[in-house]
Amino acid sequence: MNIRNLLIYPLRLILLVLVQIFLLKNLALFGHAFAFLYLLGLLLMPISMRTIPLLLIAFGLGFIVDLFYETIGLHTAAATLLAFLRPIWLKVISPTGGYDDLQTPSFNQMGLGWFLSYSFPLVFGFSLMFFGLDQWGFGSFFSVLNKSLFSSIFTCLLAILVQLLFFKRRRGI
Amino acid sequence: MLRILQFLYRIRAFLLFILLEVAAVWMVVTNNSPQGAAFFNSSNAVIGSVLKKQADLVQFFSLAQANEQLADENAQILEKLQSFSRPADSVYLQLDSLLMVSYEFKGARVIGNSIRFSQNYITLNKGAKDGVKPGMGVFNSDGVIGRVKSVSQNYAVAFSLLNTGLLVSSKIKTTNDFGSVQWDGGDASEANLLYIPRHVKAQPGDTVITSGFNAVFPEGIPIGVISEVNPDKDNPNYLQIKLKLAVDFGKITYVYLVENTQFEELDTLFQQSEVSNEY
Repeated sequence: MNIRNLLIYPLRLILLVLVQIFLLKNLALFGHAFAFLYLLGLLLMPISMRTIPLLLIAFGLGFIVDLFYETIGLHTAAATLLAFLRPIWLKVISPTGGYDDLQTPSFNQMGLGWFLSYSFPLVFGFSLMFFGLDQWGFGSFFSVLNKSLFSSIFTCLLAILVQLLFFKRRRGI
Repeated sequence: MLRILQFLYRIRAFLLFILLEVAAVWMVVTNNSPQGAAFFNSSNAVIGSVLKKQADLVQFFSLAQANEQLADENAQILEKLQSFSRPADSVYLQLDSLLMVSYEFKGARVIGNSIRFSQNYITLNKGAKDGVKPGMGVFNSDGVIGRVKSVSQNYAVAFSLLNTGLLVSSKIKTTNDFGSVQWDGGDASEANLLYIPRHVKAQPGDTVITSGFNAVFPEGIPIGVISEVNPDKDNPNYLQIKLKLAVDFGKITYVYLVENTQFEELDTLFQQSEVSNEY
C-alpha cells in the first residue's frame, strides 16, 4: 500500500457516492433497472483487504447513501452483505495460481469474463437484499427478482463502461 | 474456555457481519414505523441543504411548467372568488366564522422526492421555523400528496401518498361513501380504495376526494378517479377498487401544507370518548 493507493481509494469512493446521490438517484430505467454504481468502489478494493475493515467501510458507505435516499437501513444492510460475500466469492473464483499481491479486481486487469463473473453475482446478491427489504410483506417475490435482475445487469454494464472510460489501461500483457 | 474464545476469534468477521446487519435491519424497522423516532433523515440540516442545492438546479428546467400550473390555479381561485361575491338580490347567510378559520394553509417547495420504493418520502424546504408541524397534510392543485412526518429547523420530511404505511380517509364524491386510500407499492400512478362495502354502486370514472373526517385534510381535495371496480376475493364484504391518482408524483414541485387548528381539540375528544381514528 503506497501513498498513491492510500489517496486513490477514498477519493474514488467519495466521487462514486457523489455521482450516485446527484445523478443516479432519480434514474430508474423502465421503472425497474436501478443503478448502484457506488458499489464499484467496494468491488475495486484491493483483493488482499481483510473482511473486517471492508465490512465497516461498506456499512458506513451504505449509511451515507441511505441518508440521501431517504431509505435508512436498506443500502446499509445490502452493502454490508456484499462486503461479507466478497472475500468468499473471491476465494471461490480465484484463478489457478492465485492472485498477484496488491492486485485490484478491476476490468482492465482481469478481463471482461472474469470481471462479469466476479461482479454480477455480488451485485445481484446486493439487489436481492435491497429490494427484498424494501418490499417486505408488500411486493411479490417475482417483482423483487425482476427488479434485482435488471438492476444488477444495468449496474454491471455501467461499472464496465466507467472503467473503460476513466481508468488507465494496463500497457501490454 | 480457551477453545471457545479461539473459535469466536476465528469467526470474528462473521460475528461483526451479523451485528452490522442486525443494526441495519433495526434502522429499517424503526424508520418505517410511522411513530418511530426518525433522527437520520433528510430533515437533517446538512443533507437538507445538499438536496436543496440539487433541487435548485433541477427546478430551473421545470420553471415553465410550474408557471403554467400556478397560472391555472390562479384562474381557479379567481373563479371561486367570483362565486363568493354576493348577487344583488338574494338572501345571505353568514357562516360560522369558526368554520372559516379551522384550517391554515402554507406553501412549500419540494426539494427531495422518490417514487420507486415501497416507502417513499418527500423533503420540503420549510421547517419548524416556518410553522410546519408533524401531522400536517400536504397537497397541491391536483390533489393529495402526503402527510408531514418529521420537521427540523429549516426542512420537513413527509410521507408520500406513495408510501404503503399511509392511509388517507376519503370518499366517493357522487355517493358519499367513505373508505381509505392506500398505495400497494406497485405502479406510481395507481392506488387502492379500501373498505367500500359491496352494496355501493361505484363506477369507473367516479371521483374520489378527501372525506374531511380525519381532521388532517379539509373535505373535497381530489385524490383520484376510479379506474376499476371488482369484488374483493379475500373479503366478500368489500369491493376492490383501483384509483388512477390525480397527482403525477414524478413531477411535483410546489405544494401546500394544511393544518387543522382544531386538531388537538378533536384528538382529545376522540381519546376521551375512546374512538380510534385513523390519520
